[in-house]
Amino acid sequence: MDTQNSSFDEHKVLHDLKHYLPAQAPLKDFIHHNTLHAFQQMKFHDAARKAAKIFGYQTKLQLEEYRALYHSGRIREDVLKRIVSERKGADRADEWIDKLLNQKYNTSISARIGQLRANWKTAYRIDLDLLIQPFLFRILCNYLDQGISVWGFPIGDRDFLSAMRDLEKESAISLFKKTRARELLLSDDCSISKLLNILVGDESLYEHYLYDQQFAHQGWSGIVAVAEDQPQFFLNRKDITLHDLIKFELLLEIDTLDAQFGEIWSPLAGKLMNRPEPLFSDVPETELDEAIILWHEAFEWSYYNQVLAAIQLQEKPQENITDDKSFQAMFCLDDRECSFRRHIEGIDSKCETFGTPGFFGVQFFFQPEHGKFYTKLCPAPNTPKHLIKETETHHPRKSEPLLSKLSHALFHGWLITQTLGFLSVLKLAFSVFRPTAAPAMASSFAHMYQLSSLTIENKNPDDKENGLQIGFTIEEMATNLENLLKGIGLIDHFAPIVYVFGHGASSINNPHYAAYDCGACSGRPGSVNARVICHIANHAEVRKILRPRGINIPSGTQFVGGLHDTTRDEVSYFDEDALSPENLTRHRKNVSVINKALDLNAKERSRRLLSINTKDKAEKIHEEVRKRSVSLFEPRPELNHATNAICVVGRRQLTKRIFLDRRAFMNSFNYRVDPDGKYLLMVMRPVGPVLGGINLEYFFSRMDNYRMGAGTKLPYNIMGLIGVANGSDGDLRPGLPSQMIEVHDPVRLLVIVEHFPDVVLKSINQEAATYEFYINEWVRIVAVHPETREIFLFRDGKFVPFKPLPQPIDIISDTIPIIESAIEAPTTHIVDATKENLPVYLIK
Amino acid sequence: MTFLLAPLLKYLIIIPFVGFAASLFIPARMERFIAWTSLATVGFHLICAWLFIAFWLFPGDFPTYQTTEFSLYESPDYQFFISFYFDKVTTVFLFIGSFLILLVTVYSSYYLHRDNGYKRFFNALLLFYLGYNIVIFSGNFETLFIGWEVLGICSFLLIGFYRDRFLPVKNALKVFTVFRIADMGLLFCIWLSHHLWHENITFIKLTNSEVVQAQIHSHMTISIVISLMILLAAAVKSAQLPFTSWMPRAMEGPTPSSAIFYGSLSVHLGVFLLLRAYPFWEHLTPIVILVAVIGLATSIVATLISRVQSSIKTQIAYSSTAQIGIIFIEVAIGLHDLALFHLAGNAFLRTYQILVSPSVVSYLIREQFYNFIPRLPNDKNRALRKLKYSVYLLSTKEFYLDSFIYFILWNPMKWLGRKLDGIGENTAFNFIAISTFIGVTCIYAKGSIPQSIYYLFPTFFAFVGLLMVIRSFTERRNAQFSWVLMVVYHFWITLAVSFYEESNFIEMAIYLGGVLLSGIIGFAALDRLKTLEGKIDWNDFQGHIYEHPDLALIFFLSCLGLMAFPITPSFLGVDLVFTYIHTEQIDFAIILAISYILLGLSVIRMYSRIFLGPHAKTYHEVPNRSS
Repeated sequence: MDTQNSSFDEHKVLHDLKHYLPAQAPLKDFIHHNTLHAFQQMKFHDAARKAAKIFGYQTKLQLEEYRALYHSGRIREDVLKRIVSERKGADRADEWIDKLLNQKYNTSISARIGQLRANWKTAYRIDLDLLIQPFLFRILCNYLDQGISVWGFPIGDRDFLSAMRDLEKESAISLFKKTRARELLLSDDCSISKLLNILVGDESLYEHYLYDQQFAHQGWSGIVAVAEDQPQFFLNRKDITLHDLIKFELLLEIDTLDAQFGEIWSPLAGKLMNRPEPLFSDVPETELDEAIILWHEAFEWSYYNQVLAAIQLQEKPQENITDDKSFQAMFCLDDRECSFRRHIEGIDSKCETFGTPGFFGVQFFFQPEHGKFYTKLCPAPNTPKHLIKETETHHPRKSEPLLSKLSHALFHGWLITQTLGFLSVLKLAFSVFRPTAAPAMASSFAHMYQLSSLTIENKNPDDKENGLQIGFTIEEMATNLENLLKGIGLIDHFAPIVYVFGHGASSINNPHYAAYDCGACSGRPGSVNARVICHIANHAEVRKILRPRGINIPSGTQFVGGLHDTTRDEVSYFDEDALSPENLTRHRKNVSVINKALDLNAKERSRRLLSINTKDKAEKIHEEVRKRSVSLFEPRPELNHATNAICVVGRRQLTKRIFLDRRAFMNSFNYRVDPDGKYLLMVMRPVGPVLGGINLEYFFSRMDNYRMGAGTKLPYNIMGLIGVANGSDGDLRPGLPSQMIEVHDPVRLLVIVEHFPDVVLKSINQEAATYEFYINEWVRIVAVHPETREIFLFRDGKFVPFKPLPQPIDIISDTIPIIESAIEAPTTHIVDATKENLPVYLIK
Repeated sequence: MTFLLAPLLKYLIIIPFVGFAASLFIPARMERFIAWTSLATVGFHLICAWLFIAFWLFPGDFPTYQTTEFSLYESPDYQFFISFYFDKVTTVFLFIGSFLILLVTVYSSYYLHRDNGYKRFFNALLLFYLGYNIVIFSGNFETLFIGWEVLGICSFLLIGFYRDRFLPVKNALKVFTVFRIADMGLLFCIWLSHHLWHENITFIKLTNSEVVQAQIHSHMTISIVISLMILLAAAVKSAQLPFTSWMPRAMEGPTPSSAIFYGSLSVHLGVFLLLRAYPFWEHLTPIVILVAVIGLATSIVATLISRVQSSIKTQIAYSSTAQIGIIFIEVAIGLHDLALFHLAGNAFLRTYQILVSPSVVSYLIREQFYNFIPRLPNDKNRALRKLKYSVYLLSTKEFYLDSFIYFILWNPMKWLGRKLDGIGENTAFNFIAISTFIGVTCIYAKGSIPQSIYYLFPTFFAFVGLLMVIRSFTERRNAQFSWVLMVVYHFWITLAVSFYEESNFIEMAIYLGGVLLSGIIGFAALDRLKTLEGKIDWNDFQGHIYEHPDLALIFFLSCLGLMAFPITPSFLGVDLVFTYIHTEQIDFAIILAISYILLGLSVIRMYSRIFLGPHAKTYHEVPNRSS
């Protein structure tokens, strides 16, 4: 036997294993990411095929579903023909199309994962998982708990294994049933290899065994891996590693086998009938795989084609460069702001809107008044160096006595049940029949109080706290603002008022609340960032520095920060009292425009919310929408990023007259301001990881909501404030719940950049981590020639000319009738669900 | 007032029944219609119930009503009738129940929107409410038992609501197992009561303290056993020691169903049973003490366990149980008004807490964000530390309560089953054929058999029946064989009973009619499945309901029939059979009771394994086993 090959490299195996586990942070920091991030160095379709075979994930729709989509017309015949001809050759197209439509395939998936450990059941007739997992999860959850249990883990300040050792040593009750595992734990000499030798006995199988074991509860293993690598996510710090978890689980396994068979059982390797297929050995592509790829490409391009055709079909509009602007407004590039901007522009044709990542170029930690921790307000991968503090809130926080832990104590419980118990039923009756805001809810407006003060300006660079500089210096301010304004192409023609709207969401009974807030602010509302950037832009010194750099903000122009609550469709404004009298008059007028747009936006959103009649008056619908956000019984306060499909990087004029439903991320960018792509590089940096991450998380949660998503949220049980499980003793469920993805159309993100192809190429291939998304086609990208509107598709490392298939696009003058008459899907089956999606229209 | 109100009692049962029946016929896609029907039912019921309560309260003397609605069966020495009852206890339970069910129905009508099981959920909810009303209005143990059985099945359906996942199905089975013990307790109680009173005793008669005392004095043992059985049933339902551990495991269904079942209505029915039977057991001091001790022990143990829970629903479950422990004490020492008040508060509070439980993430994290104080180890004293760690670990292990149930219930059966494993299909059928022949011969030749031997025959044949159930319980290969054994079991019980003088053909026909029908239908369903699938593998969960929901429903109904659930006359038959057994034939009764538990388990487990759980076919998304 070749010992070199079979030797078990513990460090490497654990390192790789961690990479494959779900990388989801605790609930309070929900950060979207590519579910299959471990496969990202492969081409998308290869990765999908391998992940399916190795881990048993359903990475694409079922064959029959694609066929049904074809028959329903969602997959277009001409698109399918084009895809098949391109990939299989025109002469074999008919043969392949016949296969796609009629060939019978065995579509069952038999995963490699779990095959080795399955032998415990077949050869030993023992269900190890069933015997071990409930206790293992309990101990883990108790150890990691962030604040549910009344009696915290007694040795929670030590690392996991030491804590277990202490507990075992000191307690009269053992963790184990027999003595061997106890002695192994207490002895210093118990490496993973040693334990595996007892259990498995064949070094070449160790790796497979550990994968099997950890993927039997990938949720818990994933959170442990996160706690190991990013302990800052846990307010109550925990020192645990995957290594500790594996060791403890191996000990429990040995103990369980000892209890069942005495200490005389033989290791697993001895009883293997046949060796399991190696996990990561090659996964050959089958004809079915090829067929699924063709189907899926056709499914995506049936949508992409409409968008690209519309871009080419529309008339060339005039650029909005008049100085007679009512106001300008900056939003997050979030797909939920897409329709809001359209409505504002529809009501007030003299205004202008922009999109940019919702942290508005200012990155910092934020500390609310009386807060014991800092909150990061910038994209998740970045680490800010600044700190902004909130003061003078004058706002007491409300508490909820009914959620008090005292009710779990024996005597207090006796008192509380007989007093507050009766109050609770009244409260319940009210919240069922007349939902109103409650202290238990997560409200975007409570993130920072409207009338508080912020420490934004730094006068002395030595003013530091825990290594963070408090506030920005004038020079830093100027640089941040310059990057922001040049990035979105707003350097002249300023309106008297420029609004900057962060966004957040409000909901109750929603463990995934953080996923509803701004992704560019690490899953928090963007209110502080909006307010900070406005303070910067209003700063006379800053404006003075920027004038020579080509940005001349007139003295009459004022920036006003605001927060758009995407669930309630409400807006609040900050520092309104700083407005000049003239601007205050203008502001009042603008507010009424914005309020009207909010009503219409609520109306547009309501077409997917079945409990609301979309034909009602906008104001009435808006009231209903607001009610949803405070309703205990509403699992869908809003639909978040569902149906997101494209990202437009370019001037508003490129898509202003195209109805994109609410499916587009929109990042403003003007190629004229940035001819050589210096700012484009910055703009494109978050597109792959952040927007691609959002899109792919929705994609895979939709494809396999059981294994890559979190299943239905209706039975959720909150575990240790860090995750959700379905019941009392299940695995953690990372990913998105079915209520968030059921209407999602699983297409990869199509990025449309308005610039010359060579400049675009330069902006995406600078950093390997970003480039991976494009070159491996996890995200599709096209460049639109800014002058001719020719389209170039990125394929195999270069942009090649691309002509969308000719397709008639209907022209509408008003979106409201379209919205009112849209179909409501009878079920959430993919064929029904996609019917809800409106086609692309040209707006007159 | 009595003559005006008492006849109206039955309508408070009929309303949920009509609503439930109507809800069965609405197509699953018509969410709004389903919700509307359910709301109309519980809303109308609430109005009627509260009006009823108001009229009852008005005169100020709080009378007790007892009605006899109709007889299901009458013979010279046995009468099975449906009876309703209304008093203060009923009032409180009716008030809590009608209010909470309305809130939960409104809540769920939105919450479950677009769930595949929307219709199933409301069917089960209405059926539950029907069962609840039957229990709280029941005027005798027989009526109560009907409601009790309905509640057990509803629990199974709602815990296993997400039937394509492993854990809900597993836990539903687990809870059903424990509940089956409670049902058996009630059945025993009915049997012994029959012998004690020589009639179908109504609750109003139990309030006649002189008569009760006289009976207790002359039949001390029976009285104690009856009380123990009542306590057993109550302790199981209210998750008292040693059965507490089922309660957190029941939190698998949609949150509102967990709230109404395990937060409020269902778990407090144990207390109801205790209160209802209080006039009987209050005269038995040892029982009174036992109730208080169980309550006290539960409240302490459950509080400890609840303190170490790091998941929100299990924490609420255990602290609720602890309060019910105190309520047991209150009942035992006679503070009934306090107990009623306390249980209402507990039901309300826990329902609310479970319904808002998903909010704790944002709420507690905010609390922590502003108030966090890092824990510092401060256990200097070694002995104290030892005690603390031990209690912590013991509480985390739930005082071994879960493994205890496993240990006393499953292990003996598995052991016995393994002993019988060798008996193959042919052996079994030959044995059945031969012994049937012997049995029938014996009945006809009873004159020539000595009385002392003849007397042993019923027990012997019942025992053979039990062996069949056990054999069927452990069968893993041939589903139809297992099914047939269970049908045959019922024949053996009739055979055993036929040795009694009093047995008559009609009663046997009542017993066998429903069983036989269910047996045939169930067998046909299995046969059909076998044809469709090639084979029925049921070593592990198969999830065939994904492809064959109709077949699953038919089979489920035949399972209910076979286990004598009150949908066929066999339900009555089981009670009848029990009446033959004399009190001194405790062995026969125990055999019957064990087979009763086992048969239910065996049947429901067979249904679960074949039709529920993760689907064995993987052409679509299938959940992980750990979810």
